[in-house]
Amino acid sequence: MPELIHIGVMKKLINSPQDVVREELEGMEAAHGDRLRINYDPVYIVRKDAPIKGKVGLVSGGGSGHEPMHGGYVGKGMLDAACPGQVFTSPTPDQMDEASKAVNGGAGILHIVKNYTGDVMNFDLAKEMLQADGIAVETVLTDDDVAVENSLYTAGRRGVGLTVLMEKLLGAAAEQRMSLAEIKKLGDFIRSSGRSMGMALTPCTVPHAGKPSFELPEDEIELGIGIHGEPGRRRVKFAPADELTEMLMAPILSDLPFKKGDDVLLFVNGMGGTPLIELYIIYRKAAQIAKDFSLHIVRNLVGSYITSLEMAGTSITLLRMNDQLCKLWDAPVDTPGLRWS
Amino acid sequence: MEILEPEDARSWIKAAALLITENAHMLTELDTAIGDGDHGENMMRGFKAIEKKLETGAPPADLAGLFKLVGMTLLSSVGGAAGPLYGGFFLAVSKACAGKKNLNKTELGQALAEGLADIQRRGKAVLGDKTMVDALAPALQAFRTFPDGDLAGALKAAAEQARRSAEATVPLQARKGRASYLGERSIGHQDPGATSSWLLLQALASVPEAAP
Repeated sequence: MPELIHIGVMKKLINSPQDVVREELEGMEAAHGDRLRINYDPVYIVRKDAPIKGKVGLVSGGGSGHEPMHGGYVGKGMLDAACPGQVFTSPTPDQMDEASKAVNGGAGILHIVKNYTGDVMNFDLAKEMLQADGIAVETVLTDDDVAVENSLYTAGRRGVGLTVLMEKLLGAAAEQRMSLAEIKKLGDFIRSSGRSMGMALTPCTVPHAGKPSFELPEDEIELGIGIHGEPGRRRVKFAPADELTEMLMAPILSDLPFKKGDDVLLFVNGMGGTPLIELYIIYRKAAQIAKDFSLHIVRNLVGSYITSLEMAGTSITLLRMNDQLCKLWDAPVDTPGLRWS
Repeated sequence: MEILEPEDARSWIKAAALLITENAHMLTELDTAIGDGDHGENMMRGFKAIEKKLETGAPPADLAGLFKLVGMTLLSSVGGAAGPLYGGFFLAVSKACAGKKNLNKTELGQALAEGLADIQRRGKAVLGDKTMVDALAPALQAFRTFPDGDLAGALKAAAEQARRSAEATVPLQARKGRASYLGERSIGHQDPGATSSWLLLQALASVPEAAP
């Protein structure tokens, strides 16, 4: 029986802050043990049928708290392995090294890495370790967050919503036995074709911190948030959904920039604490804005796929599509977090 | 004290574990303001893992072995950016100690410089970016310019400079790490990484004082 814990202002369905990640993984193992295997020391989640001979092994990872990303995307048609860190903390190189070896089918390993200082450094170390063992490794970064305006004076743009689409599309490519070099090239192309922007109505509470990650007055929202409960670039007055959707869409459209007549995938994501009813209200307006801009929405995704614990809010991702990407998007996928045939 | 012996190095690491544990909450508070609120927890997990390894297995007798153990343990247990940065720091220090039974002041300065260089290579931060470099680089400068022969005095000067430099990160705007996403809103807060760097040097400076 789960127990409700009150620690100051924190009310979460957990047993103790330090057991959160391990107990989540035990739950995943209990629920999906037919298709996933969980390794506990070091921690990684891997397809039960790995390694698959002749297939490029796709490995991703990052802090926990973004579920279903990344562990929920391990399975046929998506990732071969995922390395979860502590909540909002990058995993460590030994996890990535062993997870990569567990899915090495002889065709090389591709790391999908969100552009955060910690993730990048830990995956770099893992890559050095794997290469020292003679294993071919390539890395694809995601850095789709247009909220980071001046990349020169920051750690660069963050990887957010595009990461989910990247894992699906490259997962399909690997399933079709594309080579490591081809998948790396495709990943870089996808990276250059997608942009995202997010906003928060509420902060979130990291279990071991025990209090909200920032404070937000009743009548304000954070615009340009990442996925770690960090504050955004600026605060604006709370407004109706249509106006907030415009604030998210405008910088996305002008950044790539998207052009009239582009085929796009429109992804409206929930940050963890926003119900689907509201996400569809956002989608409704975002689709309208896209059409007014003469974009063709050829594929879409609506739901909470890359989250920030219980944060209320949303992010929008637009990805420019072509025939190849549409085919890869439609290819079968069978993971706990994303599934169609 | 003029020479750092392996037993002094072990005392350093034990003192660091204690200081980090005592100040974990403070580090997390600093990180909550401009980062993601996990620095204290992560550093404490790393140093607890080191303590456990030193207590259970036979601890390495030489400097290079000890620092390698520290570096590898931080790499595999801290996570975030601090894991690779501090892990890399101690691995670089370990390399600089290879074949040496102990370190005189010049050699220790050289080893710490190698550690700092690794942090800068991996993190690509320069002075003024509001990172651990802002505490470590001036501290190392203070250490090296201190007259030879007085290792205890030099360590004390380094720790004192690290404290002042960590405090001096308050008015800076972050240009590296997660705090950089805040832009101007990162101004007015002390950098958690610079602060943990000061604690590590403070622990090192406490070794001669604690020695009989």
